[in-house]
Amino acid sequence: MIRLTEVTKTFPGTSKPAVDKLSLSIAEGEIVVLVGPSGCGKTTTLKMINRLIEPTSGSIMLAGQDILSMPAYELRRGIGYVIQQIGLFPHKTIAANIATVPNLLGWSKDRTDARVAELARLVELSPEFLNRYPGELSGGQRQRVGVARALAADPPVLLMDEPFGAVDPIVRANLQDELLELQSRLKKTIVLVTHDIDEAIKLGDRVAILSEGGHLEQYDSPDQILRNPANGFVADFLGSDRGIKRLSLITISEIKLDPGPVVPRSATRQEAAAVMARYDIGWAAIGDGTEVEGWFRAADLEGRDTLEHVVAREFQIRLSPTDSLREALDAAITSHSGMAAIFDGDRYLGIATVDDISREIVQ
Amino acid sequence: MEFLGDVLAWFLDPENWKGPAGIPSRMWEHIQISVVATVAAAAVALPPALWLGHRRRGGFVAVAAVNIGRAVPSFAIMALFLPISIRLGLGLGFWPTLLALFALALPPIFTNTYTGVRDVDPALVEAGHGMGMTDGEVLRRIEAPMASPVILAALRVSAVQVVATAPLAALVAWGGLGRYIVDGFAVQDNVRVLAGGVLVALLSVTTEIVLGAVEKRVVPKGLTTTEEVIPGAHA
Repeated sequence: MIRLTEVTKTFPGTSKPAVDKLSLSIAEGEIVVLVGPSGCGKTTTLKMINRLIEPTSGSIMLAGQDILSMPAYELRRGIGYVIQQIGLFPHKTIAANIATVPNLLGWSKDRTDARVAELARLVELSPEFLNRYPGELSGGQRQRVGVARALAADPPVLLMDEPFGAVDPIVRANLQDELLELQSRLKKTIVLVTHDIDEAIKLGDRVAILSEGGHLEQYDSPDQILRNPANGFVADFLGSDRGIKRLSLITISEIKLDPGPVVPRSATRQEAAAVMARYDIGWAAIGDGTEVEGWFRAADLEGRDTLEHVVAREFQIRLSPTDSLREALDAAITSHSGMAAIFDGDRYLGIATVDDISREIVQ
Repeated sequence: MEFLGDVLAWFLDPENWKGPAGIPSRMWEHIQISVVATVAAAAVALPPALWLGHRRRGGFVAVAAVNIGRAVPSFAIMALFLPISIRLGLGLGFWPTLLALFALALPPIFTNTYTGVRDVDPALVEAGHGMGMTDGEVLRRIEAPMASPVILAALRVSAVQVVATAPLAALVAWGGLGRYIVDGFAVQDNVRVLAGGVLVALLSVTTEIVLGAVEKRVVPKGLTTTEEVIPGAHA
């Protein structure tokens, strides 16, 4: 969909190129994340795709067409663009902001209005906001409007320059999830720039790691990059916890779960103690197969011969098979038991132990 | 008190409301020359100021404009241009006064427009370009409306200054409310001098109020009803 060939950008007054002979190919419908330390030319690269920055040499093809073959403004009307500062126009209503590109393209009012309403639904923005002004919205809402505005004329390509850089971490995580959800429906070709490797790993189908001067150090799926860093630069950039980072790419359903210390209601004290001893822990779950009522401590058995009257405690943290191993690791560590209980709705599936999870890191 | 009573009597005298020397016709002359001077200054200053502001270039022009505007007195311009006007057969008072008022109104309009456009948040300009606006569209749809509060304020300030300075026209034998002041001095009629002063003050204040009201209506709503947009200020 997008192909950069030997693209170089040297800014006037500098001798060293900001981007040096970069070649990169981006397939249709994938999210490619450009990531690297500051000065690596990631934003310059992004802005060369919509010609906000003109390359010094090299060629960029978009959908088989040289981007220099048409006027810059025409090229840009066909590419969605989202920037960190969001850049909503404060003097225009939210609806008018979203309608920016349709207005430039001269759409009829009916068509534009319908599209604005559709986009508001798509980014889950309540229609009452459409007649308000950007100053009346929260950061997260503004970011949603920014995305809706970029999608207004349904461009096949979306460029996002640190789109979630200006919002707090919780809002950012939500917006990232929303983007992935949106992308699963829209299948746009998205090029996203970030300096946050975790964001790159979470969002990218492929991640391009750049070093100073726009050198492409590695371009691969997040999993491959984390498993096999191409060189020392990439390994350093990923950080010493890259094994743990990789856990966020693996869902719990991908590993084999341990049945866990489960004893039936009918069990005797000795049977329960034997199960706890086998797992070397001071608690067990009460249940049978996928039906689990809760759990109890060894101390709860004091003065009893059977489990009949033991009160089942509720599991505070219940993970589902679609959660990542990283979340399972967090849960296992914070639960003090070294285990995380996994449920599919009400069905008990088993437990993930720190040992099980760490085996995935080593692999 | 007797003096103020005389001034009141002057205003109540029907003779002062009639004919070419009456209040309505002097007021009309005053408004005419003020409007022509301000509109001409805006017409000359706005296009280059908008464009230079858009290109974020030519700051020295803006600075020079302010300095010249401050340094050259209106009276001197009139005095300089008076003989030229006479030689060109343009008559005595109107053109030298118009030129002086034009020169008075132009610098603030130019400078405010230039800085107003130049200081528009670069993120908005980039967003505009990034979505495919041409330079003209960025200027028309983003920069000019964003700068409109500053531009309109400059127009208002210039207009008020022009109205307050226009009485000088009477010194070079033209009309307007300055006639009462100049002629009053000439014949030592203090009542007429004060009456002229009151009329000029009234017209200046009215100009301020009317243009202030226009400003309120013209400035885009999103710029007045809400706080400045700071990216990421709150989530």
